Amino acid sequence: MKDTFDENNPRKAWMSLLAKAPQGRVAALLDTAMKRPAFTWLRAPEIGSTMVRARAAATGAPFNLGEMTVTRCAVTLATGEVGHAYIQGRNKADAEVAALVDALMQTEAAEHLRVVLLDPLESEIEASKAARAAKAAATKVDFFTMVRGED
Amino acid sequence: MYVAVKGGERAIENAHAWLAEERRGDTGVAELSVAQIREQLKLAVNRVMAEGSLYDPDLAALAIKQARGDLIEAIFLVRAYRTTLPRFGSSVPVHTGAMSCDRRISATFKDLPGGQVLGPTFDYTHRLLDFKLMADGQVPQAPTREAAPGDVPHVTEFLNQEGLIELAPQDDTPPPDLTREPLEMPADRALRLQALTRADEGFTLGLAYSTQRGYGRNHAFVGELRIGSVPVEMEIPELGFAIEIGEVTLTECETVNQFKGSKTEPPQFTRGYGLVFGQTERKAISMALVDRALRWEELGEDNVGAPAQDAEFVLYHADNIQATGFLEHIKLPHYVDFQSELELVRKLRRAAGADQLQEAAE
Repeated sequence: MKDTFDENNPRKAWMSLLAKAPQGRVAALLDTAMKRPAFTWLRAPEIGSTMVRARAAATGAPFNLGEMTVTRCAVTLATGEVGHAYIQGRNKADAEVAALVDALMQTEAAEHLRVVLLDPLESEIEASKAARAAKAAATKVDFFTMVRGED
Repeated sequence: MYVAVKGGERAIENAHAWLAEERRGDTGVAELSVAQIREQLKLAVNRVMAEGSLYDPDLAALAIKQARGDLIEAIFLVRAYRTTLPRFGSSVPVHTGAMSCDRRISATFKDLPGGQVLGPTFDYTHRLLDFKLMADGQVPQAPTREAAPGDVPHVTEFLNQEGLIELAPQDDTPPPDLTREPLEMPADRALRLQALTRADEGFTLGLAYSTQRGYGRNHAFVGELRIGSVPVEMEIPELGFAIEIGEVTLTECETVNQFKGSKTEPPQFTRGYGLVFGQTERKAISMALVDRALRWEELGEDNVGAPAQDAEFVLYHADNIQATGFLEHIKLPHYVDFQSELELVRKLRRAAGADQLQEAAE
């Protein structure tokens, strides 16, 4: 199920990363990195839902599992770039900043933001996942066979 | 018959004011925050998300606070909120094989790739009240160990290699959605699974237990139970490609069931499937057993008349909001209906009395 090469892959990756950031984290990183650019709303932040689907027996036909809340918005920078955000939860401020970063990643600021925003965010999310995985690993059962008495 | 009557506004207002006061309880005790409920009553939050059919831990925690801990009332609040949301679309089916597992156990294979990972479980606890929790206490850090990288394969894949288990080939038929179209019989498996994943935990547990006790017995083993988070990916129309929009925690249970074979199928193991929002293990196992029982027809098994085999009975009674709505409405004013019943009973008694008088006279 690995993606083949696609020119959209880098954008897909940063948008996915921004959607999974803890609340307020992208705003904090962006505001430390730079002054926010001027923009207009292409689509003002809107709260809605997405129906999460899964597959019967994990691999069979799809079924509707239930919805999740999602906030979306789109911005246009003064320089013309359009940024989109679709992020889990109901947080308009987070959606706004995710859309801004998506737009900024299409400008000259991209390289700087990669280093000071996306990379640190990715490491933080990975570290938190690794911490959980390490706790799970500590609960892995090591079986051993008891020596049977042979009288 | 419904007749509008006026009156009761003040009583209702005052009742709601008192409800708010009772919800708060003794003001000498610190107020519970929504974040505390979300973090410390997580399994209640999970149940409200699963049966409310909306994944949002903050909203579920708020609903629990508002409902004073009445989880069905909280589920009702979440369901009502859900109907106000515009639907942006549907996700790509989640890939549970790529789950970051907190827990992953198999009751059928001791030594399986990825191992038996217990996770934060109540299993093997002594079920003795822990009075330490009544005092404020620091919780020691949980131990850690180096984790193996990579995805944890599903247990059924090993049985598949020998051809001993029923396959679940990929199929991309768009699923029906009972939140958009009324639930109608016959319900295909996709519709049954949607109804079961949001079904009342107690009802699903009772039905699953009935199959174990012999009402439509199908000898279930828990082939695998896994709990963890999976990314949710959605096609974004304005972009023309899919992105991950977040992550949900899910509990997945796959049962492995005996199957003697039929005219068309050799003897093999069949499968029941449970998948539920949040860490909701009892519900996911129950769902898998009920799913398997409902599959009797497609597997060519006998209908022994067990409640868990009756799709109409199961699916039309599993939703606790529908059930409680109909059940609890009978406590609301039915004065006029009752008045007519009263008239009828009086008339019947008068008629019966007249008959008796006549009999006595004869």
